[in-house]
Amino acid sequence: MTTIKIEHLNKHFHKQSGLNDINLTFESNQIYGLLGRNGAGKSTLLNIITDRIFANSGQVKLDGAVMHDNGDALSKVFMMSQDNLYQESTKVQNIIKTTAAVYDGFDQHLANELIQKFDVNVKTKFGKLSTGYHSIVKLIIALCVPAEVVIFDEPTLGLDANHRELFYSELIQSYSDNPRTFIISTHLIDEVANIVSDVAIIDHGAVIVSGDNESVLKNAHTITGPERELDQYCAGLNVIGSKHLGNLKTNYVYGPLNDDQRIPDTVSVESLDLQTLFIYLTKRKGELENDE
Amino acid sequence: MQFDFDSAEPIYLQVASQIEDAIFTGAFPENEQIPSTTEISKQFHINPATVLKGMNILVSEGLLEKRRGMGTFVTIDGQKKVVEKRRSKFYDDFILDLINEADKLKLNQADVLKLIQRGYQNDHN
Repeated sequence: MTTIKIEHLNKHFHKQSGLNDINLTFESNQIYGLLGRNGAGKSTLLNIITDRIFANSGQVKLDGAVMHDNGDALSKVFMMSQDNLYQESTKVQNIIKTTAAVYDGFDQHLANELIQKFDVNVKTKFGKLSTGYHSIVKLIIALCVPAEVVIFDEPTLGLDANHRELFYSELIQSYSDNPRTFIISTHLIDEVANIVSDVAIIDHGAVIVSGDNESVLKNAHTITGPERELDQYCAGLNVIGSKHLGNLKTNYVYGPLNDDQRIPDTVSVESLDLQTLFIYLTKRKGELENDE
Repeated sequence: MQFDFDSAEPIYLQVASQIEDAIFTGAFPENEQIPSTTEISKQFHINPATVLKGMNILVSEGLLEKRRGMGTFVTIDGQKKVVEKRRSKFYDDFILDLINEADKLKLNQADVLKLIQRGYQNDHN
């Protein structure tokens, strides 16, 4: 069992926004979605977890032990990121050979299988690969290392539709064969919405939603009706956005509904999908005005 | 199987109803093995635990059974059970809705019966 616990984590930067009192737990053998817009702080958080950069305060613990400077704990976590850690002049086959030598228990069999499925030319130098194939080589390595926690930072960047499809299928196969913790950080919500069992949404360096998919979506509603009746019904609810179509109005609500209040016949309440919830929760001021 | 991800229904319930539908149409025949959790999960990109949760609903309803070391099978009378289940829901799902909508449209009982008769004539000639 491997549980990662993030406690009161803060990170300040001079120019870009950092992280503000992050508290999150990643339980073992679950597939997590870490969702946020570009620049929301996802990569900063992941870089702190893997000790590539340091927090100003707060800590990350793995099974109770602080991870910072803790080689034993850090060896259980592998991160595939967009940073290029491999030398441009090294051939793909040598990158894989070196990785297999470093990680005792590297799944060479799976690596060969994935190289075939993704049609990777292992004789190519890493620097000569396209953006998509840079990602693919890194994804293959991430799926084959024996880590208990595998983190993917924007895994499908540059991948075409077929390769994205193949990657998620292989991720599920690998998870079924060998259950471990996956953390998928992405701004492409639809792609992972049904694959992840739990989500954390980060915006402006803070966690604004976290929990298992089902309970998060239980609180997400699309409420539609004639404007006056709708607004009356929605008074006191947490309306995160709305849309007009003539006199017909739709409110997006995140939070519990008022059970004591009867829903008028003209007003309909439906659920809201993760992607739409995400869009409205993370809208900037200017984008909200656009809707009105 | 086909999943409507925009639907308001939780995914595990959609998994259950899609498999139920496949049993009903005979696409998954009685007493035969159905695709594994991993296969369904891989094909539709749904979390394996979600797929399992959907399958377990059908196990508890006696439509599916797990055979040790072999996989998940449609029970011997699985299709029959789906038909029974759907018949008992027919009144709630269709008749009550029909009457409700007819009321809104100011159609009385005689009008509705006449329409039903017409439907049968058109459909069965």
